[in-house]
Amino acid sequence: MTKTINLTLKVWRQPSTESKGGFETYQASDISTDMSFLEMLDVVNEKLTMDGKEPIAFDHDCREGICGQCGSVVNGRAHGPEKGTTLCQLHMRHFSDGDTIAIEPFRARAFKVLKDLMVDRSALDKVIQAGGYVSVNTGGTPDANAIPISKEIADKAMDAAACIGCGACVAACPNASAMLFVSAKVSQLALLPQGRPEAARRVTAMVRTMDKMGFGNCSNERECEAECPKEISITNIARMNREFFKAGFFSATK
Amino acid sequence: MSWFVNTLGSSIGKKLMMAISGLSFCGFLVAHLAGNLFIYGGRDAFNSYATHLHSLGPLVTIAELGLLTMALIHVLTGATLFYENLQSRPQRYAVNKSAGGRTIGSATMPYTGAFLLLFVIFHLLNFHFVDKTHITIFDIVSKSFSHPAYVVFYVLAMIIAGIHVSHGLWSAFQTLGANHPKYMPVIMMLSLVFSLIVGIGFGFLPIYISLIA
Repeated sequence: MTKTINLTLKVWRQPSTESKGGFETYQASDISTDMSFLEMLDVVNEKLTMDGKEPIAFDHDCREGICGQCGSVVNGRAHGPEKGTTLCQLHMRHFSDGDTIAIEPFRARAFKVLKDLMVDRSALDKVIQAGGYVSVNTGGTPDANAIPISKEIADKAMDAAACIGCGACVAACPNASAMLFVSAKVSQLALLPQGRPEAARRVTAMVRTMDKMGFGNCSNERECEAECPKEISITNIARMNREFFKAGFFSATK
Repeated sequence: MSWFVNTLGSSIGKKLMMAISGLSFCGFLVAHLAGNLFIYGGRDAFNSYATHLHSLGPLVTIAELGLLTMALIHVLTGATLFYENLQSRPQRYAVNKSAGGRTIGSATMPYTGAFLLLFVIFHLLNFHFVDKTHITIFDIVSKSFSHPAYVVFYVLAMIIAGIHVSHGLWSAFQTLGANHPKYMPVIMMLSLVFSLIVGIGFGFLPIYISLIA
């Protein structure tokens, strides 16, 4: 037997970026506890559509926890209350019958609300465009083991590369800082030999772009690390700081 | 020099300035507490310590100017960060919940900081910028702490200083990039111990003086 629960949702509704938003209350009835949070919203939206009302707009894509597209703030927590999960991987079994759930978009000056729970996270793309890449000339495929990299370093780079760019770190940060995202992207390249030639230029450009996009300043509150669905560590932030000081004070990069 | 301004003016550069000035204050707190412990030696021990300290002459002035510079950096940068961070989320959340990262120290940093600035000004007016030609420092201190209100205020201020330092010390290491799997737990522990030393070490002095006064 599938267990079902009834919930009261308080959802942020905002028709467009310019318009003023507000909370609307909806009843989510007979929700299977096997559903994901987004499937629950699908059920609510189906009913809204049937009733001739505007369905709730929310970001989603793969629904497998790897694309970084979904994400809302559920009862004050980015991606909801479960540790290390995206919103699409949060299941309704973590809620109880009769619960009231507040659903808000990720909020930051750098993330404009497009509609309801959908936010424009292109500020993160701008940071990547500033330096989140390696420049390699095309040619024959290099041998897989031509450059020796220790398992330990490869693991650290892989842990940083697990970042899906969802923006939960920004949403969870009391200062709306993007330091965890940017540091993960800086780290994954700075740790590997392929990323070293452009390391100084990269970290300088990415940090400056991050500042220009209007994110807040990191104050080591550690909410980002606690909320990150991929559990990216703040050791990456310390690494980015080291890289930034090295680039700023000891490299020729201006 | 634009590279210098660009580096220090960035979000990470501002953190660096907070970290270095903050660490220098931690160093100052150690020296200040060590000096204050002479109070337990009685009137003559404390007065003799004060005389010896002031006999250093220009070295004291240099240290004072250094601390003043650090204070200006710490306060002005801190105020800038506070203002910028307030602006970075114009629309606040209706529901706020911590995921477990924040501590009392980290969440109250700007407020405990502002309080400590006022406290330091009050403290300097109290004990530093006073005419000491006819009265020794020990007598000034013991006269002040004969008022219970002074004792309560100072103890409270030292608890707040401890809270501020509990986040500030480890945070400075993280900002400087000194995060290492072997040493970070030690630094976190040291931060907690140091905040207790500051809170209890300084906080017990007014109580002791009021008891012997």
